[in-house]
Amino acid sequence: MAIAGVILIKVIVVFTVLLILAAYMTWMERRVFALVQVRVGPNRVGPAGLLQPIADGIKLMFKETLIPADANKIIFILAPALTLIPALSSIAVIPFGDKVEIFGYQIDLFLADVNIGILYIFALSGLGVYGIVLGSWSSNSKYPLLGGLRSAAQLISYELSLGLSLLGVVMLSETLSLKGIVDAQSEIPFIILQPLGFVLFVICMLAETNRAPFDLPEAESELTGGFHTEYSSMHFAVYFLAEYCNMITLSAVGATFFLGGWRGPFLPPVVWFLIKVIAFMFFFMWLRATTPRLRYDQLMDFGWKILLPVSILNAIVTAGAITFFNL
Amino acid sequence: MFTAIFRGLWLTLKHSWKSRETVQYPEQKESMPIGYRGLHKLLRWEDGLERCVGCKLCSAACPVDCIHVESEENESSSPVSKGERYASVYEINELRCIFCGYCEEACPVGAIVLSNEYEFCADDRSKFLYEKEDFLVKRNEDYPELKNRYPEEKLLTYL
Repeated sequence: MAIAGVILIKVIVVFTVLLILAAYMTWMERRVFALVQVRVGPNRVGPAGLLQPIADGIKLMFKETLIPADANKIIFILAPALTLIPALSSIAVIPFGDKVEIFGYQIDLFLADVNIGILYIFALSGLGVYGIVLGSWSSNSKYPLLGGLRSAAQLISYELSLGLSLLGVVMLSETLSLKGIVDAQSEIPFIILQPLGFVLFVICMLAETNRAPFDLPEAESELTGGFHTEYSSMHFAVYFLAEYCNMITLSAVGATFFLGGWRGPFLPPVVWFLIKVIAFMFFFMWLRATTPRLRYDQLMDFGWKILLPVSILNAIVTAGAITFFNL
Repeated sequence: MFTAIFRGLWLTLKHSWKSRETVQYPEQKESMPIGYRGLHKLLRWEDGLERCVGCKLCSAACPVDCIHVESEENESSSPVSKGERYASVYEINELRCIFCGYCEEACPVGAIVLSNEYEFCADDRSKFLYEKEDFLVKRNEDYPELKNRYPEEKLLTYL
């Protein structure tokens, strides 16, 4: 019973923190953009604009929900949920700290340590593609359809390289579970042993979350909003939240696989974990403020003709090095 | 290709330590240049008499008919203006006004001028009908942007 209670509390805490973090990532994005654009960004709503996400949430709740006349209503309403649920569930296997002792209970700071950890995350991100495709198709409109098709093709192509780029780390730590991978980095973080894998992972992370320079599916200038053109109010908010939750989850995966998870001197583990995740997010936003977006055929070319062979090569070289140096 | 991205990243990062361009209105306000066409003001002469003689040239010049002037004879014992008449009623509908400055160009005595004031919101349309007391300045020096706009020596020849 006590264990059930502990797990329940952990679930509530983790999901609350994740949702609040996703909302405040919008604040951080606007402030980071302003920082590199010599502006100030939101600073009126509450101290330093910190209440801005709440104001945005309230505004979105009060907006009118418009559903296009010939849209498939059931799927139209269901699709954002199909994107949000995998984004939220992936956080369950990510360890965000070492063991802690509260009131005499030993609590592990992750929700579930499945021994197929990273495979679970990939399976869920595969499901996330459904949400985008169904949402765009059920809108019964040109722009969402094109955006959704492009997005689906992009996501599927880059998922392959994403998996392969992590294969090197999996081989080095001999386990798929994320807790095991963090444990295997007790001496050296894997970014030093797998620099190419890290670069590949970062590129695939950008493509998986539809972030610049791979954000053609939601490019406003080309597609007036892509797959979420016809969505308004809370449905749009769910898509938006799903995108930021995805970003946070993949940043957390990146931090776990390459930067040593929650490891670090002096500060408590959870703080280190948050620092690493936010560092990744800052890099996302910095990159978005800098680069122009890739054209769709350039994107697909890059994914299939360059990333996939290079990630396979990375896996082969890592395997060879492990065998020959008996790592 | 990657070097180009890193150079771009460095360029954007460099901007993060430049000072911000944002003007935090209403705590900081940018000053408008000389010649900015804001709210109207009715000026005075050096000795304190009003300049406006109620000639209605501004009303005739106005392209949108937003100025209404009525004039009355000056009492010789206590003249209000330097000429024979003065403006007893001087109304401008600031909502109609397009701030073109034609009234200022038309005025022969340099009475009506457009100052740098641009903050005059109200919550009711009737509050935008400004009367003479809203325009008449207490001293010309209150509006430094209007200094030397209409030198006295040139205009006194009209009277």
